[in-house]
Amino acid sequence: MIVVILPENEKMTPLIEIKNLVKHYGDVHAVNDLSLSIPKGICFGLLGPNGAGKSTTIEITEGILTPTAGEILYKGMPLGENFREEAGIQFQATSLQEFLTVRETLKMFHDLYQKTMPWEELIELCDLEELLDRDNKHLSGGQRQRLLLALALVNDPEVVFLDEPTTGLDPQARRNFWDLVKLIRARNKTIVLTTHYMDEAYELCDEIVIVDKGKIIAQGTPQSLLKNHFGDTILQLPDDILTDELAKSLGFRYVTRNNWVEVQTTDAHTTIQQLLAANISLSQLRLREWSLEDLFIALTGKHLRQ
Amino acid sequence: MKRFIAVLKARNLEFIRDKSALAWTLFMPFFLIIGFAVIFSGDDKTIYKVGLLNPDQQNIEFLTTKYIQPIPFNDEQLALKKLKHHKLDMVLNLSTQPMYWINSSSPNGYLVERILWGTGGKTFHKQQVAGKEIGYVDWVLPGILSFNIMFGCLFGVGYVIVRYRKSGFLKRLKATPLKAVEFLLAQMTSRLILMMAITIIVLSGSAIIIDYTMQGSYWLLLFVFLLGSICMISLGLIVAARITSEELAGGLLNLATWPMMVLSGVWFSLEGAHPFIQKLALVLPLTHIVDASRAVMTEGAGLAEISGNLMVLAGMSIIFLFIGARIFRWD
Repeated sequence: MIVVILPENEKMTPLIEIKNLVKHYGDVHAVNDLSLSIPKGICFGLLGPNGAGKSTTIEITEGILTPTAGEILYKGMPLGENFREEAGIQFQATSLQEFLTVRETLKMFHDLYQKTMPWEELIELCDLEELLDRDNKHLSGGQRQRLLLALALVNDPEVVFLDEPTTGLDPQARRNFWDLVKLIRARNKTIVLTTHYMDEAYELCDEIVIVDKGKIIAQGTPQSLLKNHFGDTILQLPDDILTDELAKSLGFRYVTRNNWVEVQTTDAHTTIQQLLAANISLSQLRLREWSLEDLFIALTGKHLRQ
Repeated sequence: MKRFIAVLKARNLEFIRDKSALAWTLFMPFFLIIGFAVIFSGDDKTIYKVGLLNPDQQNIEFLTTKYIQPIPFNDEQLALKKLKHHKLDMVLNLSTQPMYWINSSSPNGYLVERILWGTGGKTFHKQQVAGKEIGYVDWVLPGILSFNIMFGCLFGVGYVIVRYRKSGFLKRLKATPLKAVEFLLAQMTSRLILMMAITIIVLSGSAIIIDYTMQGSYWLLLFVFLLGSICMISLGLIVAARITSEELAGGLLNLATWPMMVLSGVWFSLEGAHPFIQKLALVLPLTHIVDASRAVMTEGAGLAEISGNLMVLAGMSIIFLFIGARIFRWD
């Protein structure tokens, strides 16, 4: 029998594998036996509240921190010199050298790598043309993140790590940064992203894991996670129209939140008919989809950004 | 090599554009030199130093006179050399045929001779040496240059690396293919180039402001300063190897610089100081930079005469560099 090794087989080896990762800081167990694998070419999201172990996990994966136990494989091998050449990394907080311009900073990092992204392409991708001659210390938050992203892309990496890249940015700058990440994603690069913004993960990630207390508590595509945990829809009405007693008497599953009553239902059609029969005005009726934030609360009983 | 050059260039640009740091390193030595030139324009020394060639013979009235400080010497040539440069006011030999030497161009020598005559030395045999006086400013100039090198190297390398670490810049570099050795060598080279440039500027400037004495070779002097800079940078690398707090780094660097400022003979000669202090001074790298550069400038010493200092500096550099590179951490 002839065994044909299909090219697909190659794709089956995950780009990055994390095996039984443990990290202790003294008595604090930041990461507790965490395993996951990241396939090539996707945007992979690590979600969780502050202190969940996201940054520790991503920094061990980047080879910056050493784990207490467990191993990291890149293309099936322990991290080696090729990883430094092929990975692009953006940390949560990095200050660059003062008194240097954006151009000089980029040039220095450019010279640290053997393979690099063409200069013009990099500048255009990260929209840095107008900032090239500006001193690093005079950049706004969003501009700095774009420069740090450019530094992570300077070696035309196969995998890009972004650790909470939009934390502290205003909504406009966040949206712009998301567009950038989508452009990188479109270049068939693997992206590993940590965030505590659920909308960010939903918008950008093909696959996510939700981490809490150093452990994975859920894993999958954002859509499938929501579908598996919540088969139903949410109808919202102001609580002076749909009162507590009324909702109770109609036998709804509901919660009250900020003067709104949220009715959970698997069959919106029947529920709306019930409301009409009870003579309740539907002029202020709102439908809400489940968000990852709801999922996180359902899984852990606490809000993400506590 | 490409990576080394990249980091070196960035560091040089950063330093040159950081006007306050540049001004500090460049103008401080000038202020000191001008200050000393003004303060010490008159020689107001009130203690007379007498080199004593046979210290066991001390029972003459002269040596117990107030403001006469006897300093024992075993080597007659050394004592006479110091007399020549006005570092001693008299050299005294109290053997069976007592004799003394004074410098014919030294007013102090003339006065000490009168005191000797009045305290039982009238019959001693008189001999004379001649030599231009090395003024305090001539004497202190190599000290100030060495002192500036110490500060520039220790703070310029030590403090800056700690700042890089604290700001996360080092961590970012760790995520690139850059090797620790390449990074450290680039920091070192950048600082060496700048310190040598500044030293040359200060020397040239001093030549215009004050007419200092230069007895030896400028090449040898620059070599002393080059080796001294390497030694101080290496020491700075040890301090900066792991610390993440700028305040702690500042404290440690001050802890390293203060003893050297006081005990390395930058401002005053340690001759006549307690032997323990003199021994202690020998473990301080600044002592060797000051001694060697001063020997070249004021005594015209050649390579052979300062080879001891140079060897100590080279040895210390190797040890410091080895330790610094071994314990270095990016984060």
